[in-house]
Amino acid sequence: MSFEGLPKGSGDTKRSFLESLYLPEVLRGLAVTARHLVHNILHTDEMPTMQYPEEKRVYGERFRGRHRLMKREDGTPRCVACQMCSTYCPADCIEIVGAEHQDPKIEKYPLTFDIDLLRCVYCGLCEEACPCDAIRLDTGIYEIAADSREKFIVGKDFLLNNETDGTL
Amino acid sequence: MTIVFDTLAKIGFFFALIMGLVVVLIWMERKGAAFIQDRTGPNRASIAGVRLAGLVHPVADVFKLLFKEDVTPANRHQALYNLAPWLVMTVALSTYAVIPFGDFITVAGRRVPLVVADLNVGLLYVLAIASLATYGVVMAGWASNNKFTFLGGIRATSQMISYEISMGLALMGLVLVFSSLRLTDIVAGQGDLIWGFVPKWGVVVQPLGFILFIVAVFAETNRNPFDLPEGESEIVAGFHLEYSSMKFALFFMAEYAHMVVGASLITTFYFGGYQIPWLPREMIEANAGLILTLKLVGVAIASLLIAMLFFRRVQKEKGKFGDARDREPVLGAGLWVLVAAAALVGLVFKPWAIGPVGAEMVASLFQIMAFVAKVVFFAWLFIWVRWTLPRFRYDQLMRLGWKVWLPLGLANLVVTAVVMAIV
Repeated sequence: MSFEGLPKGSGDTKRSFLESLYLPEVLRGLAVTARHLVHNILHTDEMPTMQYPEEKRVYGERFRGRHRLMKREDGTPRCVACQMCSTYCPADCIEIVGAEHQDPKIEKYPLTFDIDLLRCVYCGLCEEACPCDAIRLDTGIYEIAADSREKFIVGKDFLLNNETDGTL
Repeated sequence: MTIVFDTLAKIGFFFALIMGLVVVLIWMERKGAAFIQDRTGPNRASIAGVRLAGLVHPVADVFKLLFKEDVTPANRHQALYNLAPWLVMTVALSTYAVIPFGDFITVAGRRVPLVVADLNVGLLYVLAIASLATYGVVMAGWASNNKFTFLGGIRATSQMISYEISMGLALMGLVLVFSSLRLTDIVAGQGDLIWGFVPKWGVVVQPLGFILFIVAVFAETNRNPFDLPEGESEIVAGFHLEYSSMKFALFFMAEYAHMVVGASLITTFYFGGYQIPWLPREMIEANAGLILTLKLVGVAIASLLIAMLFFRRVQKEKGKFGDARDREPVLGAGLWVLVAAAALVGLVFKPWAIGPVGAEMVASLFQIMAFVAKVVFFAWLFIWVRWTLPRFRYDQLMRLGWKVWLPLGLANLVVTAVVMAIV
C-alpha cells in the first residue's frame, strides 16, 4: 500500500514513514498527556497553581505598588509642590496645585495632589525625581479596584493615609 | 398502550443519560484539561462552602447563561437564527433512537427490548441524521449575517462532505461483516468469539475501518483536531459567534451531546455495544449471584482505595488553608467510605442466592452498565485528544479527507468484501 498521498504538512520537514502515518505519534502524544493527568490526580498538592485570593505571591521589598505621600513630623505633607514628579512622569498622571506655605522656611505646599491610578505605569520615576522624598511607591498594594473611572483619581488625603487594601 | 409507555421510558433514560453526561463531560473537559496542563482547574463555585472539585461549575454556568442578556445581530434572519441551535440539539438527541443500550429487560413479565426504535435500516438512519447536524451549523453561520460565522458554516459543510463519505465506507465494511443494517443485529453479532477467545468486536474484525470511523466521528462532531468550524484562532468563534445567553448554551450543550452520540456510535459499531467480553448474557444469568457478590466486593475495595487517597490528603494538608477547604478531603474520604459501606450492606441481602427473575434483571443492568462505561470512556477520549493534538490546517484536513481517508475506505471495503466472499 502506498502512503505517498499523505499530507506533507508545511512541506519543508522530512518525516519518517512511521511519523507520516500520524497515528503512532498521536498515541505517543496521548501517552504524554495521560502521564501528566495521572501524576496530577495522584499528587494534587504538588501542583504549582496558587490559590490566589487566599494565597498571595510575596513580592520583593523594592516592588512598586500604589503610591503614598510622606508626612513631616507634624503630619503635614513633605511635598513642596515643586512639580518635579509631574514634570518627569512619563504617563502624565500627577496633577499638583501648589499654594504658599505659612511657614516662611517652607516655600510651598500642595493644595491638591491628584494621581490617576489608571494612567500611572508604576515606573517609579516620580519617587526618583522627588527632591524631598515626599512620594514613595512602597506600599506593596497591587490589587487596585474600583467600580468607576473617577474613583481611580486619588487625592492628597487618600495618598497621605494610604493604609487601606486595594479597594478605592 | 404499554408500548408507548415503554418507549417513553426508554427515551427518558436516554435523555437523562445524555443530559447527565453533558454536565459530567463539561466537568471532565475542564478538569481534565487542567490536569493535563498541570493546573488545578475550576474549583471556586461552591454550595455552602462545598466545592465538589468543580462539579458545581456547570450548574453555575446554567444560571449565569439563563440570566444573561440575549444579544442578537441586527441584520439576522430571524427564523433561521432562532431555529439553528434547536436543530443542532434535536439532531444530536434523535440519533439515539436506534442505539441499543442493552439486550432486553423483563418488566412485569414483559420482555422489553432496550432500544427505542429497532429500525431495520438503523445504520442508514444514523448516517442520515448525523449529517443533518451540519444544517444547524450552516443555518447559524448564514443567519447571523457575519463573515466569520459564515466562514464557519462553510467549513462545516465541506468538512461534513469530506468525512461523511469515509464514514459511510468504513461502516459498509462493518455491514459486510455482520450482514445487517439493523443496529441490534450488529451488536448481537459482536457477542460472538473468534477462535473461541477473541471477542468478535468491530474493532477486531475491522481495525482499519475503526480508525477511519473514529476520525470521521471526530470530524463530524467538530471536535479537535477537526474543530475548524469553530477555529477561534482564525474566525473568532466560528458559527456560534453571534449567539449569546441560552442560545449559545444550546450550541455548547449540543456539542457535548454530539460527543455522547459519537461515543455511543463508536461503542455500538466497534466495541460491542452493551456486550461484556467473555461474559455472554446466559453466563451472567447462570452465575448472577456470584457476579453480583464479586461486583459488590469489588466496588467496596475500589472505594476504600479511593478513600485512602483522600485520607492521605487529610493527613498531609491538615489545617493547610485554615478555612472551609480543609474539610474537603475529609468530606471526600467520608463519601467514598459511605459508598464502600453501601456496597458491603448490599452483601447482607445475600446476593449470592439471587432468584432467576433477579438474575435476568442483573444481566440487563450489567449490560447497560457496560454500555454506559464504554460510552464514558470514548467521550473521555474526545476530551483527551482535544487537549493533546493541535488543530489541523484547513488544506491538511481536506487533503486527509479526500486523498487518504477516501482511498483507504474504498480499499478497506474491497478487501473486506473479498475476504467475506472467500470465507
